[in-house]
Amino acid sequence: MAVMNIREAIASTLYSEMERDENIIVLGEDVVGGNGTAGGPEAIGGIWGTTPGLWAKFGPDRVIDTPISESAIIGAAAGAALCGKRPVAELMFADFVGVSLDQLWNQMAKFRYMFGGKTKCPAVVRLIYGAGMQTAAQHSQSVYAMLTAIPGLKVVLPTTPADAKGLLTEALRGDDPVMFFEHKTLYGVKGEVPDGEYRQPFGQARVVREGGDVTVVACGRMVSFSEKAADKLAADGVGVDLLDLRTTSPMDEDAIIESVEQTGRLVIVDESPPRCSLAADIAAMVTERAFTSIKAPPAMVTGPHSPIPFSRTLERAWVPSPQKIEDAVRRVLGFR
Amino acid sequence: MQLNRDELLQAYRQMATIRTFEERLHDEIKTGEIAGFTHLYAGQEAVAVGICEQLTHADKIVSTHRGHGHCIAKGCDVKGMMKEIYGRAGGLCKGRGGSMHIADLDVGMLGANGIVGGGAPQAVGAAIALRLEGKGSVGIAFSGDGACNQGTTFEAMNLASVTKVPAIFVFENNHYSEHTGDAYAVGTDKDIASRAEAFGIKSWRANGCDFFDVFSVFGELLEYVRAGNGPAAIELDTERFYGHFEGDPQRYRGKGELDRIRDERDCLKAFRARVTEGALLADADLDAIDAEVAQLIEEAVAEARADAMPDNDTVADDVYVNYY
Repeated sequence: MAVMNIREAIASTLYSEMERDENIIVLGEDVVGGNGTAGGPEAIGGIWGTTPGLWAKFGPDRVIDTPISESAIIGAAAGAALCGKRPVAELMFADFVGVSLDQLWNQMAKFRYMFGGKTKCPAVVRLIYGAGMQTAAQHSQSVYAMLTAIPGLKVVLPTTPADAKGLLTEALRGDDPVMFFEHKTLYGVKGEVPDGEYRQPFGQARVVREGGDVTVVACGRMVSFSEKAADKLAADGVGVDLLDLRTTSPMDEDAIIESVEQTGRLVIVDESPPRCSLAADIAAMVTERAFTSIKAPPAMVTGPHSPIPFSRTLERAWVPSPQKIEDAVRRVLGFR
Repeated sequence: MQLNRDELLQAYRQMATIRTFEERLHDEIKTGEIAGFTHLYAGQEAVAVGICEQLTHADKIVSTHRGHGHCIAKGCDVKGMMKEIYGRAGGLCKGRGGSMHIADLDVGMLGANGIVGGGAPQAVGAAIALRLEGKGSVGIAFSGDGACNQGTTFEAMNLASVTKVPAIFVFENNHYSEHTGDAYAVGTDKDIASRAEAFGIKSWRANGCDFFDVFSVFGELLEYVRAGNGPAAIELDTERFYGHFEGDPQRYRGKGELDRIRDERDCLKAFRARVTEGALLADADLDAIDAEVAQLIEEAVAEARADAMPDNDTVADDVYVNYY
């Protein structure tokens, strides 16, 4: 096993998968970078550093710098996927879903169904998301719930380097459109990554820890925040079952239900406003499927119903914190 | 441009099939048996056929909400299309798509599209894929004077220009985007093709009511794109014989306009006149095709009516290749 961070895990997986499968192409803004400048191609590369060396190795027909045209990026990925390619399209910020939503929602997601199951659209869209870098209201959002709500799309959120490799490989080997969310604050997270071919199937939550007193369900950056809360709770003798969803579509409902049936208490942590959120979705699902098992109302730890602010202190106030998660756990444990 | 007898007969057969298909739908929709939105292509047949007769199944097209003509011209099964429009189990898309979402990837038809302007970026993606294949195949976006105002179309043209892929933008100007005229809605003192030229895309213009002009001009364009010169565009001046959708009262039309365009701009009449005057084909040849086509459409409607409705248990099938 090699130790690397999530950025390196994604970059190396893209590279090795492109070596393996000549149908994989990469397109997006500055995935090469430097085109049309004095510095020339690859003079700088993308701001996230996840596509270095691809252009030099695989050439301009497979690694395509696009203009700032998100609809064209996603639409071109959809068209290429219908023609047998496996495009990896990058949305530099997941917030730009707003510019390209029709191509995701009305086009890519619906082809197979509308066309009677005769088509495949194996496109991977990489969306860099999340708050924590003071990127303010239009560059910080976690729009996974919106895309999870769309039939036809799969939604993936790795939180470890091993999962980044395993889930990206799975996305590139599968035949459905995959929305691959990369949290901008997690790129530097280090961990062991299995060597060679490594796939992590979708719809299997990761059991981060088992504690038995309360179930905490999280995804993305909220997993590590929940671990911090769980550490503090453990010091007080409170045991947390912590689930990292890994994928929200498909979602491992059974893992959530099994844990809740044991603990009877549920906290859902979601880096998102509360309305029509993933947290609300899971709360409803658990209430419907495990009503007789729950001993307290499910608690949702989310941001407020507001855009994400810029100021350092305000942004921290917006994002669900380890303290808020801990408070929510104590609240559901105290419910009688 | 030299078309032999068989090619001329085939071109006429395709145009006549589209016309008869659409005219029959116009009548059948009034019976109430076909619901939803149906946008008829009648009047524009010379465009779809003049272009698609020069393509192979390896060439990909992306169509529009007014897509029946492109589907037929590209080789989609006419009976399967009729069943689809009737919402039947045996439809080309199992009744899931309907009039606005007919596709058949086996013949290079990547899909009609209910979103105006939705298809152009996909044609560029197809062209990106086809360039990698290296066989000279092309990706074509059919658009109208409506879609030419969508940002997706601009983005697609720019991306094609930047990447120099074999994408072709076909602008069928039927002069109406829904109920609004191109004189109002297309903001230019030039034409639509000039917009493509602004992106550095070589552009052509043709009479979209004249099969021979479409065939000839597009043939030149296609040779240019197949040779690896990058994207191209063509604007075709054409006419829509029916409304935006079936049921459109068309109060925006000028007095006598519909009669005039049917008299003066009917591509089927023009084709017949050209080939019979030039002694390329006889009236009897064309009449025989008309009879064949009438029979085909008659059967298509009868078989569509007789076909089963889709099984309700399939309502959520085929959303994914595999989910869990």
